[in-house]
Amino acid sequence: MSPEKSPFHPDGRRSTGADVGLGAVTFAACFVILAMLGLVLGTAFVGGAATLSWDFLSKAPEQGMTAGGIFPAIFGTAALTLLMTVVAVPAGVATAVYLNEYAPQASRTARLVRVCIANLAGVPSIVFGLFGLGFFVSTIGRGIDQIAFAGHPTYGKPAMLWAALTLAVLTLPVVVVASEEALRAVPRELRDGSLALGATKLATIVRVVLPEATPGILTASILAVSRGAGEVAPILFTGAVYFLPYLPTKLNDPFMNLGYHVYVLATQSPDVDRTKPLLYGTVLVLLGLTFVLNLLAITLRARMRRRLAAFA
Amino acid sequence: MNAAQAHRAASAEQAEMGEKSPFLARPRLGERAAELLIQAVALVAVAAVLLIIVFVGREALPVLTSAEVHREVTPQAMLLPRSVGGESVFAWQPVSELPTFNVVPLFVGSLKVTLIALFFAVPLSVLGAIYVAEYAGRVARELIKPAIELLAGVPSVVVGFLALVVLAGWTQHAFGTEHRLNALVAGIGLAFAICPVVFSVSEDALRAVPASYRAAALALGSSRSQVLLGVVVPAASPGIAAAIALGFGRAIGETMIVVLASGNAALLDAGVGRSTRTITATIAQELGEVVFGSPHYHVLFALGALLFLCTFAANFAGERIVAGMRRRMGVSG
Repeated sequence: MSPEKSPFHPDGRRSTGADVGLGAVTFAACFVILAMLGLVLGTAFVGGAATLSWDFLSKAPEQGMTAGGIFPAIFGTAALTLLMTVVAVPAGVATAVYLNEYAPQASRTARLVRVCIANLAGVPSIVFGLFGLGFFVSTIGRGIDQIAFAGHPTYGKPAMLWAALTLAVLTLPVVVVASEEALRAVPRELRDGSLALGATKLATIVRVVLPEATPGILTASILAVSRGAGEVAPILFTGAVYFLPYLPTKLNDPFMNLGYHVYVLATQSPDVDRTKPLLYGTVLVLLGLTFVLNLLAITLRARMRRRLAAFA
Repeated sequence: MNAAQAHRAASAEQAEMGEKSPFLARPRLGERAAELLIQAVALVAVAAVLLIIVFVGREALPVLTSAEVHREVTPQAMLLPRSVGGESVFAWQPVSELPTFNVVPLFVGSLKVTLIALFFAVPLSVLGAIYVAEYAGRVARELIKPAIELLAGVPSVVVGFLALVVLAGWTQHAFGTEHRLNALVAGIGLAFAICPVVFSVSEDALRAVPASYRAAALALGSSRSQVLLGVVVPAASPGIAAAIALGFGRAIGETMIVVLASGNAALLDAGVGRSTRTITATIAQELGEVVFGSPHYHVLFALGALLFLCTFAANFAGERIVAGMRRRMGVSG
């Protein structure tokens, strides 16, 4: 309950010095946190705006990463997150449908799934990287090579597919949590109405509940894409490379990536002064991408919540 | 009432109370198959957690069990100091002529950076949460909360970059730190990443304090600051503790910020202004170059497994506290 709506709010009573002081200190703290966001955005924009050009966005790196553009990194990031989304969104939405539509309230299975989702959300991203290497690349990938390619390393090496699957596991909790909120926001009356007309449960979910929840599921997907596009630690060992002379077209190709590009340019550049503009430019593109996606998701969700409040 | 009637009444009651409504169309085969499929997909999350434990654990286990690994490194050597010329040395030097894998400097480094991050992030976030929960008007709240969510959405590699190019210069200028990249810079960078977490969990906790608590304190003649500091914040303190636990878990597991900002020298000391190497940064920088299946490779996975346990414990503690608080305050969702 917010204080200004409370009937007990001490309006009309004189504020003490401590009241005013506490208000000022807490406001200042809030301001500092917001200033952090401002600093991030400001630094990237001021440093990167001059680099941004059509050539920068559409060309490949040249002269040992000191000139040219970042198109392969943009392409790699887009392909990676697309592939990740294709896996994470259906799986996440199905999980949310199970939790919200099928599982009985006190179901053990549902509780177990929820606990695991919460745990998955807390696993450090570098551990996902280890998992991707140990499971997808070394176990599944090599297994495929043994069976289908006579042991010739085809899938048993870091590649787009494995990085995308690793990221899909990492973003699964994001999709589930946001999709569940969307499903909860669908009014019960719509389900009852559909069932009363003789529709089966599955038909109700597919034709009534999911269409109603589409904006929320879209929000979930955007949040996942934004998260996946910015992660670097999980792809360090599962397929990202700092230079690739061709665009990745097959599932077992390695790929360039915006975040990884920033990491490599910032730490392993042979000529810091010449790469600096490129570095700032890449940071601006990556930050701009995730920022716009997050803004979109927050706006969509706010609209959804307003509608829900109108129903209630 | 005869036995048959009683039985019929009882089964009608059962049908009403059970999950299966008598008004639902009879489930068809397709319906049942779809339900099973959806349930199977939901179990992917469970499988993922198990697979992470199994496959990270599998690569970490040789550190404890393999004689081949023990020829180069034993669990004791990873934890206990080595005596060099009468001095006890804790050294992480995996690629030297005589490799040593002492993890103590890395643990101290992770802990140091995490504590610095909490030192900055906790007061800021908790005070900021008090402002938003207790002082801010509706409009201010609806602007501040999404902005903090946007901060949470900034990729950590971008924050690390910012720490590297901006914060490092500032802190060196302000504090005259010994190394340009150090634990302090990394800690401040991490604070950017964990402020949103600590803020939002604290804010939820503050808002979950029932209005009756405030009313009672005000009725007793308390001023606003007395109500906040004497009643609301103490009532929300389990939630704030949970926020700190979750922030800890997030900070100790964060990788890209510390890789870029901490300097990455595995020095064992408490110096805030000195270069520091964390567990996460060590894995990130070394795993790409190790020989597959070598002792070094297994030690890095063992570090990952320990990290997983640390964050698991922190998150588990945080979630238990939040759940307990929700029950006590009678708040759901």
